Amino acid sequence: MADKTATRQAYGKVLVEIGKENPDLVVMDADLSKSTMTAEFAKTFPERFFNMGIAEQNLYAAACGLALSGKTVCASTFAMFAAGRAFEIIRNSIGYTHANVKVCATHAGITVGEDGASHQTFEDLALMRTIPGMTVVNPCDDVSTRTLMKQVIDMQGPCYVRLGRAAVPTFYKEGAEIRLGKGNWLRRGNDASIVATGIMVSEAMAAADELSQSGIEVGVIDMHTIKPIDEDILVEAAKAGAVITAEEHSVIGGLGSAVAEVLSRKSPVRMAMVGQQDTFGESGKPEELKAKYGMTAADIVKAVKGLVR
Amino acid sequence: MDYKEYEKIASQIRVDVIKEIHSAGSGHPGGSLSAADIVTALYFKEMNVDPKNPQMKGRDKFVLSKGHAAPVQYAALAEKGYFPKEELLTLRKLGSRLQGHPNRDKVPGIEMSTGSLSQGFAVCVGMALANKLNNDAGRIYTLLGDGELQEGLIWEAAMASSHYKLDNLCVIVDWNGLQIDGNNDDVMTVKPIDEKFKAFGFNVLVIDGHNFEEIFEAFDKARACKGRPTAIIAKTHKGQGVSFMTDQAGWHGKAPDEEQTKQAIEELGGEL
Repeated sequence: MADKTATRQAYGKVLVEIGKENPDLVVMDADLSKSTMTAEFAKTFPERFFNMGIAEQNLYAAACGLALSGKTVCASTFAMFAAGRAFEIIRNSIGYTHANVKVCATHAGITVGEDGASHQTFEDLALMRTIPGMTVVNPCDDVSTRTLMKQVIDMQGPCYVRLGRAAVPTFYKEGAEIRLGKGNWLRRGNDASIVATGIMVSEAMAAADELSQSGIEVGVIDMHTIKPIDEDILVEAAKAGAVITAEEHSVIGGLGSAVAEVLSRKSPVRMAMVGQQDTFGESGKPEELKAKYGMTAADIVKAVKGLVR
Repeated sequence: MDYKEYEKIASQIRVDVIKEIHSAGSGHPGGSLSAADIVTALYFKEMNVDPKNPQMKGRDKFVLSKGHAAPVQYAALAEKGYFPKEELLTLRKLGSRLQGHPNRDKVPGIEMSTGSLSQGFAVCVGMALANKLNNDAGRIYTLLGDGELQEGLIWEAAMASSHYKLDNLCVIVDWNGLQIDGNNDDVMTVKPIDEKFKAFGFNVLVIDGHNFEEIFEAFDKARACKGRPTAIIAKTHKGQGVSFMTDQAGWHGKAPDEEQTKQAIEELGGEL
């Protein structure tokens, strides 16, 4: 578990791997290829890489045109400019036509860090989740990013993939069973269930260790696919009597909401949501910001204890 | 050369536009009528398309970026034989394939679902890039409104078109000078349109958008131009062909009543 890799690094690496096997894969960027890590693909397959400049609306509209002409397109920029600035293009051109565009957005959430609030996206999962037919994925580590990206490329239709800037611990062993649309139990426990996504999976695992020391045994689910969400695993999670969601995203509209939408209907249970409260972020180191804005293992522990007593 | 044949088709398309919108009780006649000659020229001469094989490999593609002019594209597609003409009267009705704005899933011959202005053009940039990648000789055509040029994405797409030397892309601007709230010049000046596209690296041609000789000549020049995209700035009249609609912003998005429909069709030499 000592290994640490940013999910954007894993993304850049697997793109080159997939590009070798799939001649129809086209990658696009908007002047951030060195940050989104598409640069390696650009170097390896220059004829299949298009830099659209600092023009995110055109990035996604042009990606749509390429996809409707038979290409599989991964189009990357920061989450703020993908899900935020280009939302309506992704909705009307990509979503409405079911175009085979993978919106692979990096630098999501508070761990963007020093760049501050203008770049810290907490709304992307909420926005992308509302588009009919959009698959929404938020991998937690190196192995799961690479494994899920291959499945994302293999599926037909639009997909939003949320990737992070900061290095995060690698949980999964190479070759682990990770399937798009299926949540993964990383740990079992009968007192409560934590449903986490993205970088909050490692925080959830740390929280589970700490809780165990005080005699509270919690289960942890890696919910890498936010849409379509794995309803069966959530019903199973609810049997513990308390469900805590953890995401590096606003508590409005993201994983917590998605889980509540299912459980309120299928298996009502007491819930708590750990994530960005209804506020903007600020500049700082990722770890400092996680602590200040309530997205650490300690915050999850507190939330669990609040429900379990 | 004789253009009577095309003028006749364009008149029939205009008649169908009026019938469609009257039947729907809503829709956009002004910008459909201003574009009728350009759309006729594309489907009935310029473009390599086959209504019996709408997905034909290597075909030319037309994207109506000003998607609100859907009635003129539907009329042209029906006239060309993509679907039965009777269906035109289902425009905008529940369950119809003919949505208020074009939908590529529903109607054969529609290459892109449009309606939100400027996206059609930008999607064409991707289509033109794909054709270059695939060594596909098909050309990409897109029709823009002049008011649509106020959208920022238009200029992102224009910049990319010339950066990637998309000489397989031809943009046509339906320059009727009017938009919903009135004259372009009063709402938000778009002039000089030709100079703007020139500055963005386009081969620019300014023509009379109701003169078939000029339209066909412009398409020939566009095809011959290598290394950069072409923008045809077509001066048109909103509501062209119907006296009481001509150059009237009020007819941007309004359906004619029974009496007005009768008069319009009569003026266009059509039959009710």
